[in-house]
Amino acid sequence: MSNNGNLWPPAGAPFTHADASVGKVMMQVQIASILPLLVHIYYFGWGIAVQWMLAMMTGLVVEYAMLHLRGRPVKPFLLDGSAVITVTGLTFCIPPESPWWLIVVGVSFALIFGKHLYGGLGYNPFNPAMLGYAFLLVSFPAEMTQWTLPSAVSGHTLSIMDSMIKIFTGHLPQGLIDQVTGATPLDHVKTGLHNGGTVHDVLSHSQTIWNGIAGHGWIQVNIAFMLGGLYLLWTRTIRWQYPVGFLGTLALLAWIFHTIDPAHYAPPLFHLLSGGTMLAAFFIITDPVTAAATPKGRLIYAMGIGVLVYVIRTWGGYPDGIAFAVLLMNIFVPLIDQYTQPRVKGYSK
Amino acid sequence: MTLERLREIVYEGLWNNNQALVALLGLCPMLAVTNNAINGLGLGIATLVVLVVSNVLVSLIRAHVPREVRIPIFIGIIATAVTIIDMVMDAYMHTLHGILGIFIPLIVTNCVILGRAEAFASRNPVLESAVDGLAMGIGFLIVLVVLGGMRELLAQGTLLDQAELLFGPTAKAWTLHLTDNPHGVLLAALPPGAFLGLGILVAIKQWIELRREERLHAQPQAENMPSHEPEKA
Repeated sequence: MSNNGNLWPPAGAPFTHADASVGKVMMQVQIASILPLLVHIYYFGWGIAVQWMLAMMTGLVVEYAMLHLRGRPVKPFLLDGSAVITVTGLTFCIPPESPWWLIVVGVSFALIFGKHLYGGLGYNPFNPAMLGYAFLLVSFPAEMTQWTLPSAVSGHTLSIMDSMIKIFTGHLPQGLIDQVTGATPLDHVKTGLHNGGTVHDVLSHSQTIWNGIAGHGWIQVNIAFMLGGLYLLWTRTIRWQYPVGFLGTLALLAWIFHTIDPAHYAPPLFHLLSGGTMLAAFFIITDPVTAAATPKGRLIYAMGIGVLVYVIRTWGGYPDGIAFAVLLMNIFVPLIDQYTQPRVKGYSK
Repeated sequence: MTLERLREIVYEGLWNNNQALVALLGLCPMLAVTNNAINGLGLGIATLVVLVVSNVLVSLIRAHVPREVRIPIFIGIIATAVTIIDMVMDAYMHTLHGILGIFIPLIVTNCVILGRAEAFASRNPVLESAVDGLAMGIGFLIVLVVLGGMRELLAQGTLLDQAELLFGPTAKAWTLHLTDNPHGVLLAALPPGAFLGLGILVAIKQWIELRREERLHAQPQAENMPSHEPEKA
């Protein structure tokens, strides 16, 4: 008590300051998603770019309307970029050549029901992008499962005009046969296994589609997401517990079952590089609002998603289970946070 | 029963204390069967009849029921009424009875009915209890039909589909096909659609109330104040 009664004298400089704001974090995420977007365009065509523009316009209109209706200042909330991330996340999840109203409905649902009705950014318990995706998948299963085939597989390359005509009118331009869309690799494996084939049969069915590991195009997009994710880790925008917990659990489960019965369970690399695995690992489950916030909690949360994704992909009714896994674990976040509070320095537990 | 009392009971039942939108009672049947307007109407009518019958009977015997065993007695009366309705619907609307299934017998456990027996019929005369049952039942029925209509419209693009189940073969032509679009929002017909739909209806009611209150407070000087001030003094 020599310090003039000051119980906690301030520590000396230098202080380190994280200098983070919502806008800055969102900007980093947006930068990191440029590479996957380019890779996606390269393999699956311009459809995703058209969808992204549509989604952005819808997002802006919905955000403006909701902020206005709720009597909130429009400019700061509109410019913080949070809606942009929701919109981008959802755009990557829907088929590139799906009809225009799909993304419009999905973005509106995600932002209105997923975010604003809960009180806006920071108060939403569920990941808005995944809520929008789940809504679309449950409501419009036919439109949501016809994915554009990579041009190397279908033998067709859609120009940006072709994609726009398909998106806005639903018809393919003259001269193109209706073979540009099909089931996703995850869907293929699920159906193949269900029909009694073995993993080896399904994966070696066609080298052009499968590359021997996972779907052509899908591998490259997943690797691009991983590189984008590593950039986010390097800039400390996201924490390591999310991708490590999620990917580790998914790979471990896949390895265990694949070792027990290689004929009926796909190998770990297939699970890591197909569907939305890497998108989820680095961009979706890292959402600071809806994920667990304590260090131990983050790991538990990510591992839970890994288990659920594997269970839904392997035994569930839908080909990919990321959206449902994330939403289910979102429900447990308050509980996880409650029981993983770190010990405060100076207090016993 | 004065006209004022009558208006008060009806207003409570239809709006102010609406069992579906304010008390949020009877959620289980309300959310489960309202995937179209006719299902909602069917269950709404069944509930309405049970509610009126049970309110009248409970009110009639209210002086003779010992307080300690009133709940089993109420449930006995309600179960009798429900059994009668169940058999009548099975006889005359067999298909609709099949669609509504377990939710007809489950009217016994609908909290709206026990709630009105306990809160109103056991403390009020017969006529008022009958009116209360009617008003509460219609308030509940309207919500069931509106919610069912909303979900039917979104999921199938129709209104009053399968009306013949309730009103006979002539009603087959009543079905409105508002759109030929095959892309219905499937979610609206599923359980989440019921929760979202009810949430929206509750929000609309709250919004109307708030608007009305705002309008009352906005102009107290102009109309209300002069007329009320002399009374206070």
